[in-house]
Amino acid sequence: MTSTLTKSADDGGSRSMGDAFDEAFEGEFGELRFADDPAPLTVLAGHPGPEAPPAVRRAVRKWSRNELLPLLGSLVSALSTTMLLFGRFTSMEGVIGFLAVFFLVFLLTYAVVVSLTENRPAVYDRVMTVLMASAAVVALCALFSVIVYVFIRGVKALVHTNFYVDDLSSTGPLDPLTKGGISHAIVGTLIMTLISLVITVPLGIACSVYLNETRSRLTSLVRTVVTAMTALPSILAGLFIFATWVLILGFERSGLAASIAISIMTLPIMIRSADVVLRLVPGNLREASAALGAPQWRTVWHVVLPTARSGLTTSVILGIARGVGETAPVLLTAGFTSSMNLNPNEGPMVSLPLTAYMLVRSGQPEQMARGFGTAAVLMVLVLILFSIARVLGGRPAGQLSKRQARGTVARSSRDLQRIEARRLAAASSDVTVAPIALSAGAPPYSSKESS
Amino acid sequence: MAGVTMEAFGAGGAVETTSVDHVATGEPAPPRRLVVRKGRGDRIFFGGASFSGAFVLAIMVAVGVFLAIQASQALKSSGFSFLTTSVWQPDRGEFGIAAIMLGTVLIALVAVAIALPISMGTALFITEVAPKWLRSWLIALVDLMAAVPSVVYGLWGAYLLQGKIVGLSRWINAWFGWIPFLDVARADPNSPLSSESVYTASTFIAGVVVAMMVMPIQCVVMREVFSQVPLGEREGAYALGSTRWGMIRVVALPFGRGGIIGGTMLGLGRALGETIAVVMIISPRFDLNFHVLEAGSNSVSSHIALLTFESSGFGLSALMAAGLALFAVTLVVNFTASWFVARSRSGASSEA
Repeated sequence: MTSTLTKSADDGGSRSMGDAFDEAFEGEFGELRFADDPAPLTVLAGHPGPEAPPAVRRAVRKWSRNELLPLLGSLVSALSTTMLLFGRFTSMEGVIGFLAVFFLVFLLTYAVVVSLTENRPAVYDRVMTVLMASAAVVALCALFSVIVYVFIRGVKALVHTNFYVDDLSSTGPLDPLTKGGISHAIVGTLIMTLISLVITVPLGIACSVYLNETRSRLTSLVRTVVTAMTALPSILAGLFIFATWVLILGFERSGLAASIAISIMTLPIMIRSADVVLRLVPGNLREASAALGAPQWRTVWHVVLPTARSGLTTSVILGIARGVGETAPVLLTAGFTSSMNLNPNEGPMVSLPLTAYMLVRSGQPEQMARGFGTAAVLMVLVLILFSIARVLGGRPAGQLSKRQARGTVARSSRDLQRIEARRLAAASSDVTVAPIALSAGAPPYSSKESS
Repeated sequence: MAGVTMEAFGAGGAVETTSVDHVATGEPAPPRRLVVRKGRGDRIFFGGASFSGAFVLAIMVAVGVFLAIQASQALKSSGFSFLTTSVWQPDRGEFGIAAIMLGTVLIALVAVAIALPISMGTALFITEVAPKWLRSWLIALVDLMAAVPSVVYGLWGAYLLQGKIVGLSRWINAWFGWIPFLDVARADPNSPLSSESVYTASTFIAGVVVAMMVMPIQCVVMREVFSQVPLGEREGAYALGSTRWGMIRVVALPFGRGGIIGGTMLGLGRALGETIAVVMIISPRFDLNFHVLEAGSNSVSSHIALLTFESSGFGLSALMAAGLALFAVTLVVNFTASWFVARSRSGASSEA
């Protein structure tokens, strides 16, 4: 009796838990029922009988035909209407004008079509969904048009090998594209990036460790000032270095000066993102390390920094990507040259964005093509840096990839072997220590504690 | 296994007995004195960390203080008129940031006005509408948009967008020219032969390009906030029969208000400081120009970029003063932004 009741109640309740559970339940309780048991006395209203077909889960996220057809229909209708009307009733012109009119007509058509079958909240919902999607589409189209345009305009220069291996020292503005290249700018960018990496990475990571691991009045001051300096317009970093390094200290404009300006600009950005990454390191890892008796510097070095490694790498790379593309501080501090200069200490040195800016400004068709080609090379560099950052930094602190997890397991089993070997060595000299036995009842340290 | 359990019980029992003892005698347990003895390694570690923190602090403060000292010479000689003069002729003692600051603010406002709906729509699309596979792609692409160098945006704006957008400028002027700031003085929208050059190199075009750089910054903050909307409230709205847009309007937008405002202002701060893209598009002018569609504009940072090498001594000091004013404005905007984010309901854990 009770078993029947339980079962009928469970029929409704456990439906969502899946068929496997239901079957298991049936198998266990079906035996308890007596053979001559009458039909169940209580039938709960609304519960389907056992022969009812299993409920099919509704696909909430999938597009149904009722949603798709009005959308396609309105798109086609709006396109035809716009092509018919454009230029007659509207005073707009050009591609952007056409797209704007098309979009408005489409929204209107779609709203009307949907309102034929749906109520008002549903119409609002559909129209707003379309608006949100089109915002994303606009953003992506803009991004793609920026990237594609730079490559299309630069391709004339990019196809020549000399563009990558020569500099512009013996190339006039009217020379064909088969002469001259931007190797000096590529090398200049690499040198400047390297120097600013050497400055910012140790300083930035040490400072973010300081912000996270210590607590004093100075800490909050440093954090506030760093936050403030992320607002520093990049041109001011250049102006500062120009005024101090060049005008007051009397050094010439050089790659080193530009690197320092870039470092001043990227340092706060890097510290802020590294600060966030370190804050996400789980506290129990720190506590576990402290509980094992590690001093704080060992905790930082062996626990905190390795845990946050991927996030830290990402913040460094994104900071550098920002610095690589920065033109304004380099414009004021690096000077301009068209020949190769490997020495960051003396003589002007150029970077890719500065070269692109200068070449395009000259206005000659060949120089313009070189300028766009330079921008395309810069874009490739940024894309590479960005992809590396994505690959390394996909996961939050403490979550390991499969390879890292395997490595951790291997390390810890090596540790276990080492500890065991040491125990065995100790056991051979000292008989009172119980031999390690993981499956035995008493833990190995009990003998010491009881004594 | 059994041994471990026994141990655990034993330990628990021991703790309990001691606490009962204290209750019985009525004395609170004397607090243990905690003494942290730092080893040599820790002392070196803390010394190094504090040194780097102090060093960064010193650099950052030095930049600000140095700019202020250098600027003071110009500020002393011009006084209050620095804020109201629009011409820039430091050699004749006549200079001020009225025109260039106005241009800066107008460019930034146009940029934010264009970027705000796009970034908000994109953020909502990413968090609420897009399927999972599309979501991660969109997040990556928006991040990439933030990493594209500004000189690339400048090239795009100056050589591709400028030609295409003039039609839109003309149309806006024709239909909405009665709104004062959309008027273009020398343009005749009814004549098809009128020159296009009255519309080029304008605040509007610079604003559109800067909007491209601002949009991902705003979008990241808003996405972060929208993704923290409590699941219970979302489901509550759905359970009451709300549509998706109804849920967004009633739950997501109010929850994320602080993030929306804060993200917008962060973008504004970035827009104010943008240099090279603006330099490539505008043609500088030094009058108070409210007409955003009209040719010619100016901004503080592009002004500094163009004039630094032509100035010396006093002129440079005047440029520093202009830079300092710009820095002060971006500082106020950024701190306001983080204040908004921090005091909003969603902002406790988000980083902006």
